Amino acid sequence: MWRGCRRLLRAPLPPPPRPARGYAPPAERKRFYKRVGISRGEGGFEINLDQRKLRTPQAKLFAVPSEALAVAVAAEWDAQQDTIQLYAMHLTTLCNTALDNPTQRDKTQLIQAAVKFLETDTICYRVEEPATLVELQRNQWDPMIEWAEKRYNVTIGSSTSITGPTIPVSTRETFSSHLASYNMWALQGIEYVINQLKSFILSMGLIDRHITVEEAVLLSRLEEEYQIQRWGKVEWAHDFDLHELRARTAAGVLFTHLCLESSTVKHKLLQDSGPGR
Amino acid sequence: MAALGSPLATFRGLLRELRYVSACAGRLCRDMAVYRHVVQAFRAHRVTEEKLCRAQHELHFQAATYLCLLRSSRLHLALLRQHRGRGPRSAHDTARLVGLALPSRPGGDGRQA
Repeated sequence: MWRGCRRLLRAPLPPPPRPARGYAPPAERKRFYKRVGISRGEGGFEINLDQRKLRTPQAKLFAVPSEALAVAVAAEWDAQQDTIQLYAMHLTTLCNTALDNPTQRDKTQLIQAAVKFLETDTICYRVEEPATLVELQRNQWDPMIEWAEKRYNVTIGSSTSITGPTIPVSTRETFSSHLASYNMWALQGIEYVINQLKSFILSMGLIDRHITVEEAVLLSRLEEEYQIQRWGKVEWAHDFDLHELRARTAAGVLFTHLCLESSTVKHKLLQDSGPGR
Repeated sequence: MAALGSPLATFRGLLRELRYVSACAGRLCRDMAVYRHVVQAFRAHRVTEEKLCRAQHELHFQAATYLCLLRSSRLHLALLRQHRGRGPRSAHDTARLVGLALPSRPGGDGRQA
């Protein structure tokens, strides 16, 4: 027994367990470049950080189809101060998602995922009490549903039950065939907007330029706004969420519109190089 | 159609946000590609008479969306900087929070030779 104790004494003591730390923010990369530029390559418009070309997380060359999108992405990289805050670079993130396609979904799956959101659309779920909120939801959300029903010639409706409204098969088919007319990049953007706003109808209103981003975000957060009016606002929770949701939604909408407009941008480039200018 | 306000207000708002961006980058606003792109787009699509023009509405919507993106990102990051957690407090900071101080060791804190 003594021998065992001596061995224990001679053996180096294991390091004391470190106290479990709470949340520690992840380290951010330093800004390693000075100038951000855009160049035109074979795959589209590329971003240059000094002499290096920007790459996606899967090490693919970062190339986007539209010049305006490349300009906006370059502005995001230019806006970084000492460290690169990737979590606040929504356009870059969206382009990375579209280029890498980390979930490995094809067009049909993307459309299915988008249309599936219609079954659990925020603006189709209504409350039964309090009466003021019921009225607010009716006044604010009903015009959007009416617009969508008229614009796409479908039936949607709303419900107060927990299972939500029953969406007819024809409605789903109409939306599926409408979404099929968009390209892969635009679809990634649309799905992103839907996931942010938690509403298919509001997203389509944005893509069709029926409402502005501020209006869509307000409609999406209608109940929260109602509670804020009643109970007061906390800056670091409510305002924080509001600005983040607005930034993300605006990024998704802008991304979708810019990806749909590559032909317009080409036309402008031709004009610029023409003899008239 | 979405209520966007006047294009001039959107343009001014965009220039204002871009000035914030260029201040972050430590450069002149004029040297940035995005500034040139915005000014050029607004100039190229300027119309002399008030007409209902779908393409113009599209461009204005895009500009307003970009303005919303820039402004909300700036405000979001400002709130984040102000309120973000900086990890757990040290024993010294926690003690100071309630007006106490950690006892000092008689022989210094051990760093002196």
